[in-house]
Amino acid sequence: MAILADKNTRIVVQGITGREGRFHTRQMIDYGTAVVGGVRPGKGGEWVEGVPVFDTVKAAREATGANASVIYVPGPGAADAIFEAADAGIELIVCISDPVPVMDILRVYNYLKGTKSRLIGPNCPGLLTPGQAKVGIIPGYVATPGNVGIVSKSGTLTYEVINALTEAGMGQSTCVGIGGDPIVGTTMVEVLEMFENDPETEKVAILGEIGGRAEVDAAEFIRKHMTKPVAAFIAGKSAPPGTRMGHAGAIVEGGEGTAEEKIAALQEAGVRVAANPEEIPGLLK
Amino acid sequence: MNLHEYQSKTRFAEFGIPTPKGKVASTPDEVFAIAQELGGPVVVKSQVLAGGRGKAGGIKLAKTPEEARDLAAGILNELRIKGLVVRKVLVDPATPPQSEIYLGITNDRTTGKPLLMASSEGGVEIEEVNRTNPQAIIREHIDPALGLHDFQTKNVASAINLPREHWDAFSKIALNLWRCYVANDATLAEINPLAVIEGNQLLALDGKMIIDDNALYRHPDLAAMRDVEAEPTSERMAREAGISYVQLNGQIGCMVNGAGLAMTTMDMIKLYGGDEYGPANFLDVGGGAQAEKVATALRIILSEPNVKSILINIFGGITRGDEVARGMIQAYNEVKPQVPIVIRLQGTNAKEGREIIDTASIPNLFGAATLTEAAQKAVAAAKGELK
Repeated sequence: MAILADKNTRIVVQGITGREGRFHTRQMIDYGTAVVGGVRPGKGGEWVEGVPVFDTVKAAREATGANASVIYVPGPGAADAIFEAADAGIELIVCISDPVPVMDILRVYNYLKGTKSRLIGPNCPGLLTPGQAKVGIIPGYVATPGNVGIVSKSGTLTYEVINALTEAGMGQSTCVGIGGDPIVGTTMVEVLEMFENDPETEKVAILGEIGGRAEVDAAEFIRKHMTKPVAAFIAGKSAPPGTRMGHAGAIVEGGEGTAEEKIAALQEAGVRVAANPEEIPGLLK
Repeated sequence: MNLHEYQSKTRFAEFGIPTPKGKVASTPDEVFAIAQELGGPVVVKSQVLAGGRGKAGGIKLAKTPEEARDLAAGILNELRIKGLVVRKVLVDPATPPQSEIYLGITNDRTTGKPLLMASSEGGVEIEEVNRTNPQAIIREHIDPALGLHDFQTKNVASAINLPREHWDAFSKIALNLWRCYVANDATLAEINPLAVIEGNQLLALDGKMIIDDNALYRHPDLAAMRDVEAEPTSERMAREAGISYVQLNGQIGCMVNGAGLAMTTMDMIKLYGGDEYGPANFLDVGGGAQAEKVATALRIILSEPNVKSILINIFGGITRGDEVARGMIQAYNEVKPQVPIVIRLQGTNAKEGREIIDTASIPNLFGAATLTEAAQKAVAAAKGELK
């Protein structure tokens, strides 16, 4: 059954008429994902890549019974798109948009706590349940169905590890890119909890990086609650402190959020930590 | 984006926070004129985006305008603080504090809420207080939809043992700091110290703001405040090209798609380069890796004279490895770099991509299959050992 999305997940694409939205809609459909509709105010009634377009998420949900949305609208409109999806009762909202102002996400994050909606992202590659559903931009070609769950703060580093696992003959249950922003809709701990409870996931890989304390919280959770084996890689050992490394959240502030501190916490919790992401399949064998 | 002290204090003043009536200057004569206008002793403060200005001799007290001018002459374009040349100084009236407190707002990643922080130990870096006396820091979470409540500011004032006579002024400053924080899309707004001065007034003697880069598009006025003179040329070039780049001090240039993978590539170089060879930069070339963008990225990397070799690491996801390889060769022919380059392609059609690179048989261009092999080859190339 994997986590978050499977072949029964019915998806609307917000921002389907844009260049990115259109391109990735095609990719998602080709992968076999159930894309049931798209949204673009003012373009309701049109069709994009064989998918009906609606003016609002509410209309799309009423007509298609969609229960998930993926957002490709540009960063300035991302928060509004998330509010709209939540207001329409969409349960899973995956926001690919980047960059999204932190202040917008703070408001979204606190608002969503009072709703039934879950947000993944923003500024993330989305999620992929191999062979069933691709909600976002993770390239489907490199993945294969299996029992390794992946939770990651980054995009291409995730693709690397998926690819390495596939080449080692190890498939994946679900790959979740939570995003590298300081505030994200779904935390690493929440995804770990889902993997722990998912019968199809038998092993877990964490791909973290410098900044914040998500990995330290993850270590704490693993120590207390996880029975499944976990391997991890933490990027940014060589990054200078006080400097943002691409991702808005990837910064060591006031000596906190270093790779060393995260690695130590994970190792203490029994996690096998790789010095090189290519070691991950070997650590999970 | 970090704002200078004078820029931060100007913002604070716009939001009704009391600040010293100082002005910024870039020549000793300007310093003299400002000091004369202010009358009385002044403090000359270096405006660089680095901490520890006082210890580095960048903050000086002057009794007369003449002394201020002479001190400024020794600082302006002369003094370097953590490698940064001082090009501007702030001239503030010298106001000896009777007591100092810390007041700041930032975002708490764990709770997903903004956080008001205060401490009676002002004038010291908050990280330092957190290490030595963490109980001294009082925290109040702010609901971003509701904003900071007046009672929360009173909670804080009482917890830091601020004398009651200052509570009203303190609340007003805290509420205004929150308004300033929101209106400017800040990720940090800090008054340190907030001083009690003669006449029982509260005054923001020093200020610091960090603006969310993701929100700069809606603050053109703030974006224009960027100190481009303090930026290395390579970083300016990258920013203008929309490439995420950070200059470091190693010898091996890196070009990678994706921030996480870019950091990982740097780490691999450090792992195999040891103490002598490290990454020269962080560079995320973004998705697609089209020829034009690759060429620009190559030029940026090569603008740093200490670069001895370059490692290009591209994961072809939706963009296929063969397209990336053709783009690489086109960019290579355009820029004609004189240093050896190691290219690693992984992902979709990576094998076809590697074949294209191999058959092109360009001298000084080497292929690699794994991240480990690529990092080892890039280090060997920097040492001049790769043939």
